[in-house]
Amino acid sequence: MVTSILPLSVKDAVVRRRGKTLLGPVTTTVSDTGLSIVMGPNGAGKTTLLRLLHGMERVSGGGSLKWQIPEEDARALQAFVFQAPIMMRRTALDNVAYPLMTHGVSKKEARVRAAEWLERVGLADSAQKQATVLSGGERQKLALARALIRKPEILFLDEPCANLDGRATREFETLLMQAFKDGTRVVMSTHDIGQARRLAEDVWFIHHGHILEQTPAEEFFASPTTSEARAFLKGDIVE
Amino acid sequence: MNELLAGLLEAGRLIVTFDADLIEISLRSLQVTLTAVAVASAIGLPLGCWLAVRRFRFRRFVIATMNALMGLPPVVVGLIVYLLLSRAGPFGVFGLLFTPTAMITAQVIILTPLIASIAHQAIRELWAQYHDLLISMNTTRWQRIATLLWDGRRALLTASLAGFGRGIGEVGAIMIVGGNIDNATRVLTTAISLETGKGNFSLALALGFVLIGLAVVVNLLIHTLSRTEVSGRW
Repeated sequence: MVTSILPLSVKDAVVRRRGKTLLGPVTTTVSDTGLSIVMGPNGAGKTTLLRLLHGMERVSGGGSLKWQIPEEDARALQAFVFQAPIMMRRTALDNVAYPLMTHGVSKKEARVRAAEWLERVGLADSAQKQATVLSGGERQKLALARALIRKPEILFLDEPCANLDGRATREFETLLMQAFKDGTRVVMSTHDIGQARRLAEDVWFIHHGHILEQTPAEEFFASPTTSEARAFLKGDIVE
Repeated sequence: MNELLAGLLEAGRLIVTFDADLIEISLRSLQVTLTAVAVASAIGLPLGCWLAVRRFRFRRFVIATMNALMGLPPVVVGLIVYLLLSRAGPFGVFGLLFTPTAMITAQVIILTPLIASIAHQAIRELWAQYHDLLISMNTTRWQRIATLLWDGRRALLTASLAGFGRGIGEVGAIMIVGGNIDNATRVLTTAISLETGKGNFSLALALGFVLIGLAVVVNLLIHTLSRTEVSGRW
């Protein structure tokens, strides 16, 4: 792609809320390809980091986020899947079509493309159901289809499988890997070590709001350099 | 007890015989209140939504004022509208006093804060739910408002129906600005007030039952048409 929004360089970004520092300072680069898994204990700042990269958290202090194109344009080429999928009070079909409709695609065309996506994630039969009656696994697949329908260059996922059982998780991972193979840059957080091993190309380990490690997956799982990461992988409680 | 029974019978007789006066004032009641509800909803629903979505300096103050205005005394509103529309008032040249338009104006003033407050309450909850998603999807402010209005339409219907309920039974303001003129501005509530004053209790009661019946029918009709309270639908 000629005008890619990636790589993204983050410099000294800090997120504060009510005087409390939730994250940072963080300095890193998000490369233009790959599947990165963000790991760390609860409250480490995984969600905040993803929201920061997605532009949903204000950068405090002098830090900055720099995409390859102006920020407003870059925002349109990203998508986010939340831990608890937000279902709009519409049919499944209209939920998936919504991002297209708000970005200048006609209703008819948007619904045709949404139907293709529902087919792809295996929800074709539920197209006319209200999204709010879908099961947890179906909701998360719907959220994934909705996130991917505008072909984002980068997709953020915040513990998307935290509330799913094994089968739903496997289905979700299959769909995610397909999107990745189709060229989407993926950054996903999880605290399921097994899932991280299955998916990760590289791992970002964060603790107390700092990125402690950012290493290729094999290296990370074989020999983590920090004591916190070693303890985390061993299954110890990291505080 | 006798009067209640007589009132019921009278109501039945008036309805069954398609009493011309009854039909005329019932239709005028509906016309005035439905128009007022439509106008007040057109202002109040987007206003309530906007207040839920937009953060600005005096937001709390505006919302508190709006909530307080829900209890606006109709008689006072009637009086103010009367003064504005009377010959000597600023809008006197339009000759609107003692017309249905004046009654609609007064009711719009009474209903708008009520509808806006209930709408705000409902939309605020929906916005809390949708906030992250709509921000993430890079929607414009107007798209957010349109989405919330559409997806919250069932709750907003309740706001409008509450407005209808208050409007159809309201008597203070429309009495003052309408004047209860036969064949011109008489509606159910002002007629009840007049007949009660004349000691015509059975007729007054009959009109009262018709009024209640009308309110129930309109509510049922709107619920049926919009298919609310049907499982699996919003």
